[in-house]
Amino acid sequence: MTDSSAHDSAPVGRRSVPPDRGISAVQPRWRRDFPIDWADDDDISRRELVKFVVLTSGAFAVGQLWLLARALLGRNSPRPAPRVVAAVDELPVGGAKTFAYPEHGTTRLLVRTGPRAFVAYDQRCTHLQCPVVPAVEQGKLHCPCHNGWFDLATGEPTGGPPQRRLPRVELELRGEQVYAIGVEEGTT
Amino acid sequence: MKVGSRFLRSQRKTIVSAMLLFAVLLAVLQLWLLTASTNAYLAGDRTIALPAALVSLVCFGLNLGLLRYLYRLE
Repeated sequence: MTDSSAHDSAPVGRRSVPPDRGISAVQPRWRRDFPIDWADDDDISRRELVKFVVLTSGAFAVGQLWLLARALLGRNSPRPAPRVVAAVDELPVGGAKTFAYPEHGTTRLLVRTGPRAFVAYDQRCTHLQCPVVPAVEQGKLHCPCHNGWFDLATGEPTGGPPQRRLPRVELELRGEQVYAIGVEEGTT
Repeated sequence: MKVGSRFLRSQRKTIVSAMLLFAVLLAVLQLWLLTASTNAYLAGDRTIALPAALVSLVCFGLNLGLLRYLYRLE
């Protein structure tokens, strides 16, 4: 900012008159930076604060519209194409692996919970996005960052800071292959 | 029309303080709305986005009205 711009941008009629009545360019720097009389100081700063709060209000409204656009456009987004994520015998019961679904998309966690039973969830904790790890013997998924826990069968949070359930990947067994066929509506 | 000349400096200061209070209250309401609706959206509830956006726009409109009056006061 140039030294004279603060003086020039001050509301007309509120600029202080220098004792020597000289132009702003020859005034000391402190006077050029804040050319407002002490009596008007509170008034001016309060006005500026109102303007800033209105700007903040506009930013919140824009954020809310962005969220609305996401909600409306997300409804019509096509389902990701089915994809083979594992062979049935690839994992032992209690074993787990990560995969991307859709391809090159979000990292998910596949857990084999029985001879022909699998579950898959988003690997990112719904608290602060840390990767969750399976604790199959306890029937849970664990987020080690902040000691968050999720139910392995449903993805619902059972302990720690997470408040939302993990997005669940819909799976289908076709022969000896495990396919991811979609992400449960309303959890992405 | 400038209305500021109708008021003394101390009166203008009181008016601007009241406007500031209203603007902050509306902005805090918008912040709460944005936080709550983002949380609902991430939890899968998309129905709340439209009413929340409408209320937020109304708040912003009220704040713009306050800003307009502020400029008229100057």
